[in-house]
Amino acid sequence: MANNNKWARILVYAVLIYAVIYYLLPLYVMITTSVKTTEEIRTGNLLSLPMHITLDAWRKAWGTACTGVQCTGLSLYFWNSVRMVFPAVIISTTMGAINGYILSKWKFYGSEIVFAMLMYGLYIPFQVLLLPMAQTEGYLGIAGTTPGLIFVHVVCGIASTTLFFRNYYVGIPDELINAARLDGAGFWRIFFRVVLPMSLPIVMVTFIWQFTQIWNDFLFGLVFSSGDSQPITVGLNNMANTSTSVKEYNVDMAGAIIAALPTIFVYVVAGKYFVRGLAAGAVKG
Amino acid sequence: MKTLRMTLCAAALMTVACAANAAEVEVLHWWTSGGEAKAAGELKKMLETKGDKWKDFAVAGGAGDNAMTALKTRVVSGNPPSAAQVKGPAIQEWGDQGVLANIDDVANKNNWNKVLPAVVQNTMKYQGHYVAAPVNVHRVNWLWVNPELLKKANAKVPTTWDEFFKTADALQKAGIQPVAYGGQPWQDSTVFEDVVLGVGGADFFKKAFVQLDQATLKGATMVKALETYKKIKPYTDKNAAGRDWNLATAMVINGKAGMQFMGDWAKGEFLAAGKVPGKDFLCVPAPGTAKSYTFNIDSFIFFKLKNADGAKGQNDLAETLVSPEFQQVFNLNKGSIPVRLDADMAKFDDCGKESAKDFATDNKSGTLVPSFAHGMAAHSATQGAIFDVVSQFWNDDSMTAQQAAAKLAAAAKVN
Amino acid sequence: MIQSTRPAQYGFAERWLPRLVLAPSFLLSLVFIYGFVVWNGYLSFTASSLLPRYEWVGFHQYARLFANDRWWVAVFNLFKFGVLFIGISMLVGIFLAILLDQKIRFEGFIRTVYLYPMALSFIVTGTAWKWMLNPGLGLEKLMHDWGWTSFTFDWLVNPDMSIYTVVIAAIWQSSGFVMALFLAGLRGIDDSIIKAAQIDGATLPRIYWKIILPAMRPVFFSTLMILAHIAIKSFDLVVALTGGGPGFSSDVPATYMYAMAFTRGEMGLGSASAMMMLLSVSAVIVPYLYSELRRGSR
Repeated sequence: MANNNKWARILVYAVLIYAVIYYLLPLYVMITTSVKTTEEIRTGNLLSLPMHITLDAWRKAWGTACTGVQCTGLSLYFWNSVRMVFPAVIISTTMGAINGYILSKWKFYGSEIVFAMLMYGLYIPFQVLLLPMAQTEGYLGIAGTTPGLIFVHVVCGIASTTLFFRNYYVGIPDELINAARLDGAGFWRIFFRVVLPMSLPIVMVTFIWQFTQIWNDFLFGLVFSSGDSQPITVGLNNMANTSTSVKEYNVDMAGAIIAALPTIFVYVVAGKYFVRGLAAGAVKG
Repeated sequence: MKTLRMTLCAAALMTVACAANAAEVEVLHWWTSGGEAKAAGELKKMLETKGDKWKDFAVAGGAGDNAMTALKTRVVSGNPPSAAQVKGPAIQEWGDQGVLANIDDVANKNNWNKVLPAVVQNTMKYQGHYVAAPVNVHRVNWLWVNPELLKKANAKVPTTWDEFFKTADALQKAGIQPVAYGGQPWQDSTVFEDVVLGVGGADFFKKAFVQLDQATLKGATMVKALETYKKIKPYTDKNAAGRDWNLATAMVINGKAGMQFMGDWAKGEFLAAGKVPGKDFLCVPAPGTAKSYTFNIDSFIFFKLKNADGAKGQNDLAETLVSPEFQQVFNLNKGSIPVRLDADMAKFDDCGKESAKDFATDNKSGTLVPSFAHGMAAHSATQGAIFDVVSQFWNDDSMTAQQAAAKLAAAAKVN
Repeated sequence: MIQSTRPAQYGFAERWLPRLVLAPSFLLSLVFIYGFVVWNGYLSFTASSLLPRYEWVGFHQYARLFANDRWWVAVFNLFKFGVLFIGISMLVGIFLAILLDQKIRFEGFIRTVYLYPMALSFIVTGTAWKWMLNPGLGLEKLMHDWGWTSFTFDWLVNPDMSIYTVVIAAIWQSSGFVMALFLAGLRGIDDSIIKAAQIDGATLPRIYWKIILPAMRPVFFSTLMILAHIAIKSFDLVVALTGGGPGFSSDVPATYMYAMAFTRGEMGLGSASAMMMLLSVSAVIVPYLYSELRRGSR
């Protein structure tokens, strides 16, 4: 029995490690390619380790690669994305928290309808929104600016953040709220003193989710920004599609990793909160 | 008051750029690869000497697909860029929306009606007024050849489709891949359009792609053209799907493939690789099309702007684009020829010279045809529908030429 | 369940405050989501081409849509893609979650590795995938280099198979996320149930099959909803990997709609296709939301 068990465990580990390799393969290819020279990429194969490690491609992707007449690499786009992502994430998460709180603990006649409406909004193909949104932003005078882009991300993010918080808050016992009410606490006081302190796991989940969604977005970035507010995904696309006769795969890959670093960082650092937060209630249907 | 400031500024221009009144010119373009980006850089420099500030709005990828999406949303939001890279009948489509600015003043001042060929003038006008400035003329029906490989296979440069397939066979026997091909919809159609022109001739081409004549599209000649087109497929490699045009060109440059059908922008790639025309590579008209010319004119359209300063920048840009200096520098970099009739071709290579000569001859003989694959012949909806058919036919080996011809005719009816 | 609100105990302000606070979100989604959907629905009955034009043409655009080969290719592709992607991601995710739940060493590391693809945009990883799947550069070349010359893997450039490469990449991206959702669900199950079953002599696979998985029904449902949502909206993935090609063999409705409405002046047709997408999504989502809300109000 014990022996049998040992073999089973070895099998489990083997499968898990096999899966690790499968998931890491594209990242491995990206990283090794980014430190190879173009010459080595042409002659070598996909999986071979680099013979000499060079960071030239990284330097070029960050600082000197040209798109059009601009030779600023990705650095400019990177900071554009940073300026855009934090306000958008913070605003949409805050709104989601308050909405979730209302829709679970302060239900009123019609609140369920509001919830259903928000949920349905999750499934609408966002391409539908591009033109009318552009027109509206034109009226508001924020077209082609970073605030305009933030606005779009907030509008489209409210549905998912609300869903996350609402499902989490449904799990908080109503007795807690009622007790606070008997103590005379009002709407905001209960939120800040009772509900919010219990919300760390779900805040983390929402933060991670929104951060990756917004950082990785390409479509909105493409149409709701102009020359000097374009986010990194648009910059990367410009760079990767800009080719002379020799395609510099190493620069493309280095650029791709630069674009991915913030989200990878967030997952590695906060990944355990993500699973914990999901366990704490976000997955309850 | 304003006039005074402008006058002062004009005076200041003589000595030093007038920074205080610098008009910002935002230009949407997708000139991001090698020679093109260099050419765009020249434009920026020239504008800056006129005291304008260049605001780059480059959107790469998908042969301008992404750029068009960005442009549409910008126009809808009431905040269009100063100018955008738009060409052919699409200029008329934008004109219909009532968003284009009239640049007749610049055109008259610079004698565009004299220096530009009639066919170019007509493309740039909407309801009789200039709304766009041309930058170059591309010839699309070129065949790029690696002469060394042909020699090795003991094959000769083809001038007809029969010869083409003989040459291809010879190359294949010698173990050389005959055709470098990029399987993207616009490239599929670029090759197909060469075949149509070679098989059917200029009149047939116009009937099919400009007039969208149903009988022509369904007819026996079109079926023959489709069959000929499909015959090319065995001479390409299976990795062709999705390949960028410049990577296909690189195959000819590096001796991995014998020939490529592509417009003259491919020349920029050869030159950038240090190859010499006539020696390391040959440019010949695509088989059967020596006596005709598919043209593709790049141009910029100008949008109505809210502020007057913007208009000044636009005028400067339009003037610069057509100026002899810019035409020369730009086209030397891009591989195309200048649009001006009075252009000095001395600095251009043989391919450029031949292109300019043929453009003038074909202009007279009426064998100048607008490139369908590059949006010079039909509206984008029709063009797209026909692209779908051509690419489907190329990729789907179970579709017959008759079926494809019927689909072509149906696609031409979309509007 | 106790009724959660007892407004009678509160003053006027407290009763209206929730509505007031919720109002901005409500208005934003009413105007910017639903308003725009209605506008789009209107456009689908017009002759809009390059930009919106309000000339009524009835069901003309829908008739054209249904007569269009490319649309049907896109629809069937979504069907194939959806079934395979959801099915396989689910299986792989559940399987890995169960394995990871066996008190594995380095669990944190392994979990992060499984999860990270979700963090990356396909604009980022598309290039790497395209490269690995390309017969001339990637896996096929690698196998040939290693001496297995008869190996062929040309799905990316084969019009009959290209949609399946999208499936492979999509599973890579999302199965780790499914794993995380199920792992979270597994962690929520009381250990004592398992202990008790073990004492009764049940084997571990049997416990999972008979007791644990049935208890995960809600997780199963929400995962299904999330995956369906990803499948229907998949756009970046297709654009980055195949560009809808070769030809239009790997088009899906989202890329079709984008191509028509934006790159090809066919706004009316694009709007009609968007409405068809919305209608089919509604057929799935509305009953789900309805049952959700009924359950919630019980």
